[in-house]
Amino acid sequence: MMGLVLATAMVSLDACLATVPLLAVNPFTEPVGVVHYLIVGAVLFTAGIACMTLKRNALGILMGIELVLNGANINFVAFASPYLRADGAPTLGLDGQVVALFVILLAAAEAAVALAITLNFYNNHATVDVDRADDLKG
Amino acid sequence: MTGMLDMDFIDFMDISTLTHVVPPLATTLAALPALPIAGINWHSVLFLLFAGLACGFAVGVVAADNVVRMALYLVFSLGATAGLFFLAGAEFIGAMQLMIYVGGTLVLLVFGVMLTAQAPLVSIKPSSSDRTLTAVAGASLLSLLLTAAFSVDAWRGPGVGVVPAPSATPLGMALVGVRVDEPPAGTPVGGRVGYMLPFEIVSVHLLVVLVGAAYLARAKRRRTPRPIDALASAMPVEPVTPVATVAPVATVAPTGRSAGGAKSALVGGGR
Repeated sequence: MMGLVLATAMVSLDACLATVPLLAVNPFTEPVGVVHYLIVGAVLFTAGIACMTLKRNALGILMGIELVLNGANINFVAFASPYLRADGAPTLGLDGQVVALFVILLAAAEAAVALAITLNFYNNHATVDVDRADDLKG
Repeated sequence: MTGMLDMDFIDFMDISTLTHVVPPLATTLAALPALPIAGINWHSVLFLLFAGLACGFAVGVVAADNVVRMALYLVFSLGATAGLFFLAGAEFIGAMQLMIYVGGTLVLLVFGVMLTAQAPLVSIKPSSSDRTLTAVAGASLLSLLLTAAFSVDAWRGPGVGVVPAPSATPLGMALVGVRVDEPPAGTPVGGRVGYMLPFEIVSVHLLVVLVGAAYLARAKRRRTPRPIDALASAMPVEPVTPVATVAPVATVAPTGRSAGGAKSALVGGGR
């Protein structure tokens, strides 16, 4: 596991060194590109995954899911935008925005059902700690 | 663009007469192009602002232990994400993000927090070993994602600033099955259909989900019968029924059901 982490860290260090010209420019004068949005999406996705694995409150896990979906949405919108591409030709076009819209709608549906399940669990067990949900354990 | 605006502005104001009237303002205006503000790309500045807010509050959601603060940070993070959508030219998606996500889904989550926020449940702290493991896994995942993001050259170039057309009308037309937007490069000819079928599926899905959520969260009868109900149901309906037929019921029933019933009565006894 540690070897995997080290290898990944070395690869990402290589990537960062390869992008030094990108980091050396003044961020206030340089136009943003797709990769800037991808960075934000990666941070939100990672925060959501960490939230889902770390929190013991069921509502905290739901918030992690929302963060993950939003990170994916940022990527969809970035790939759909001609504003961020040097050649002005987006990868996805309008399809990315449509998919982002569907993701928002499905996230709303998922939140409604998950919240109802959480409230049911709270009514039956008087807690929202997911570590206490072990009734089905053999 | 900003520098040109400044020069036009100064010419228009006739700086020589201005000097006599308000010298401090005139000197300020004359010194404006010398400031580093001249070359600033305000799109990038706003992007950095919203990106910093979104990322910072997302990390705050992870770092906070109090569930109420987590909900508040999530509201800020998703609101800043809507700003990012506006900056990318997806104004309809940004508006939907604000209205559905921040206005609907998060209100739902906040209601859940309020309904379940009893004193011991507000902050359930994870163990320190869990924190360490999550930090290691999160750092490796983040480095992997960043490596992938930097690995494509076409994504790295700064945007040329092609202002996209308003996307609300093409989005609405695409949702009812008619495509009026420009196809992206490399799209096969004649292969573009609208999104009417997914739109209908999502509509019915939302309806089913909301009915299901209302069914799940409804106020229902008690799982464990009250003692008086249990007594009434345990009494034989016909007084002539022999004891032998009642006895197996009384011995079989406690094995599965009444163990869970006793536990939930202990846990949620006050309700």
